[in-house]
Amino acid sequence: MEALDIARWQFGITTVYHFLMVPLTIGLGLLVALLQTMWHRTGKEEYLRMTKFWGKLFLINFIMGVATGIVQEFQFGMAWSEYSRFVGDVFGAPLAMEALLAFFVESTFLGLWIFGWQKLPARIHLACLWIAVLGSVLSAYFILVANSWMQHPVGVRMVDGRPRMVDAWAVFTNNTALVTFPHTLTGSLAVAGGFLLGISWYHLWRRRRDGIDTVDDDGRVLVGESAVIPGRDKTDHKVWLRSLRIGAVVAMLAFAGTAITGDMQGKLMFQQQPMKMAAAEAACHDGTSFSILSLGDVGSKDCSAVVAVIEVPGLLSFLAHNDFSTDVKGVNSLVPEYQAKYGTNLPNDPIYGDRAGQPIHYVPVMAVTYWGFRVMIGFGGLAALAALVALVLVRKGTVPSSKWLMRLALCGILAPFGANAAGWIFTEMGRQPFVVAPNPQLSGVDRVFMFTAAAVSPGVSAGELIFSLVALGTVYAALLVVEVRLLVRYIRGGVASAMPELADLAPHDGSDPHGSGPQPPANDDVLAFAY
Amino acid sequence: METLPTLWFVLIAVLWTGYLFLEGFDLGIGMLIKLFARNNDERRVLLNTVGPVWDGNEVWLITAAGATFAAFPLWYASLLSAMYLPLVLVLLGLIFRAVAFEYRGKVNAHRWRNRWDWAIAVGSFVSAFGIGAALALTTTGLPLNANGDRVGGPFAWFNGYAVLGGLAVVGFALMHAAAFLMLKTDGEIRLRARSLLRRWLPVALLPMAIWAAAVAAQYGKAASWLLIVLAAAGAAAAWRFAGQGREGRSFLAMGVFLVSASAAIFGSVFPRVLPSTLNHAWDLTISNASSSPYTLGLMSIVACFGLPMVLAYQAWTYWVFRKRISAAHLPDQHDVVPAIGTAEFGTADNRTADNRTAADGTLG
Repeated sequence: MEALDIARWQFGITTVYHFLMVPLTIGLGLLVALLQTMWHRTGKEEYLRMTKFWGKLFLINFIMGVATGIVQEFQFGMAWSEYSRFVGDVFGAPLAMEALLAFFVESTFLGLWIFGWQKLPARIHLACLWIAVLGSVLSAYFILVANSWMQHPVGVRMVDGRPRMVDAWAVFTNNTALVTFPHTLTGSLAVAGGFLLGISWYHLWRRRRDGIDTVDDDGRVLVGESAVIPGRDKTDHKVWLRSLRIGAVVAMLAFAGTAITGDMQGKLMFQQQPMKMAAAEAACHDGTSFSILSLGDVGSKDCSAVVAVIEVPGLLSFLAHNDFSTDVKGVNSLVPEYQAKYGTNLPNDPIYGDRAGQPIHYVPVMAVTYWGFRVMIGFGGLAALAALVALVLVRKGTVPSSKWLMRLALCGILAPFGANAAGWIFTEMGRQPFVVAPNPQLSGVDRVFMFTAAAVSPGVSAGELIFSLVALGTVYAALLVVEVRLLVRYIRGGVASAMPELADLAPHDGSDPHGSGPQPPANDDVLAFAY
Repeated sequence: METLPTLWFVLIAVLWTGYLFLEGFDLGIGMLIKLFARNNDERRVLLNTVGPVWDGNEVWLITAAGATFAAFPLWYASLLSAMYLPLVLVLLGLIFRAVAFEYRGKVNAHRWRNRWDWAIAVGSFVSAFGIGAALALTTTGLPLNANGDRVGGPFAWFNGYAVLGGLAVVGFALMHAAAFLMLKTDGEIRLRARSLLRRWLPVALLPMAIWAAAVAAQYGKAASWLLIVLAAAGAAAAWRFAGQGREGRSFLAMGVFLVSASAAIFGSVFPRVLPSTLNHAWDLTISNASSSPYTLGLMSIVACFGLPMVLAYQAWTYWVFRKRISAAHLPDQHDVVPAIGTAEFGTADNRTADNRTAADGTLG
């Protein structure tokens, strides 16, 4: 493999991995802030427990997002120096703003939240969490502005062969960014919803299996409590049932949100990157039908082996143009258009190294775009459907005693993660062979684009890239195992894993030890939380 | 005179200095976890002095890198790609350190803690050393061709200045951590931090002083020598105040040392941002490496608004967590036990004699 391919694999692996943690950070952060607000408003013990438990899982995951995020900030310069030189004038600004306006807020106020329990007044402590979470959301906006500029470059003029920013407003209100941002936020909430749903299901099931909760003849729950299992009192049941319902509702609403924003995004993409959408469809010829299933080699370059097996007439036109009859261009008619506009071979420029003069393949890897698109939608929809079924199944106050259903609920946590990853792989690989996709609305000297083949660092050897790919890959894999095992440990521990004081309390009815709601700062001789 | 590129050169120097001033002590504390702390209580005290703030400190690094990308893309691209391998190690060090801070206390077991302690100590050392090396080389130069790409293979960056810069940041971080611990802890640790500083400060701050002197000599600026004298005075004051038990002043004097040394170094190099050791015609300077005036202007507005805000709320954080910490303040570490009714963990009270089996490993 040559340096370019290794660098691409490295960017893909580190970015997809980073984006396993990010949506959970954003989605769960918003939900924990909401839960703490509920506690603040109502003073109910169950909301405090939910805040503490989900907050603990949030933090275990958060730090992995932080740690792997630093790699992202550095690898543009390290592995993609030509890219950085080319786009720096416009691409660096959102990155710098992300750090200055969002990361600082996020990490500083999260530190205040983690260590500020009982030290800060309750209102301010709650505000710290909201500020931190909104910092995460803001950072998502800035990084999506940067990414959207690669998908749809705007607000620049070419000067000395490089794009110069001339209109910051255009860059920061890029229509691609404005639809990608809500799409990403709702995708993150879908992850968090599934997370709450699956884990809460497990605990409700566990309570039944341990004989704490039982059901009457009508299937209605009879909530019990255990004297020996830490935290398993009656409030515990409320914690899980409410978490499950919140998770399910969030998952369904979030899916609706991703569908609406995804549709808007798709319509833009048909205009901005027609080849990406044709490849998402494995649509070789112009037409109006949406493929449910295409067989044959969707990865073939000339489309000859693709056979559409099931198609929905008119749907593709609807996705692209909001009507059922306008033809959507297929790969076969797009390739000559791209060749006419951007050339058939890479230019003889030293920037391309050995690749200068090679023919350009304008069709992305269709197996990836076709299936990436379908996995994204399929997993997303499946998770929403499962959430609906879950709401129905728990209507009588607990989950069925089936172990297989419980396992299914836990596996379901993975579906929205898969949908998110597939969506990103689709949109990033669908942009190839460009790293900065040409904006078809611009012409002449304003044609701003860059081939991925020109973006890699010329001075960095394949050996260096292999070293970093192996080192980062190994460390990432090991840390994923550590993170998941730690999450599992805390999940199995239930609320008591985040509130050890529950283990010391005898169970009791009705009244609860924290029942008076948010308390003023206590004597802070002993820290409420310490590493 | 190019006002905006000059302003951004200064701002990036400020960001790096801010980074070293703040993360300096938490990098140092990371190393001292293994060099200084004697038992788990002491390690926890050390970690918790920076617990609420280390992550915010680290953002200064991300911002320095991001600001360099935005304001001087060619500097960012050439420095980071030329220093590829050492920066991979820095990234790995930062990853391990960050995860270790958060995960160390999450399982109450000696082996678990010990592994993360090593991750913190080694991660802190490697990242401090690597960042120091990169900063030194951006002032003394790298073998770059006309395009700004490294010539001479993966290790062409390596020379004495890399080692000097690495030692400079490691040495400063250790002493800054000692000064910080004097200020933030109580009891025995406070006293031992003082003797650590008193014993090692003259040696540990020397590499940074030599680096500043080397750069001043290379580019020949009189004002730099004045700053170096000021830095030396700061170091002497930090040493003396520590001896008198005036801990706040000692810590501030460390700041005087750092700011003066940093100003001397960046001031000497100005207007270069990354010299080429092959041909000075290929030096990257504030003029040929910078972004357009439009981008710099936009970023200036953002920085004018953003940086004071950051300083304000980070200062507030330090105010909130201003108390000294000792082992007596630390809550007990607790075990995380599965909330499962099994033979191992006792039997649920209302469970009858049915033969449900012990802990099934559904989640495990």
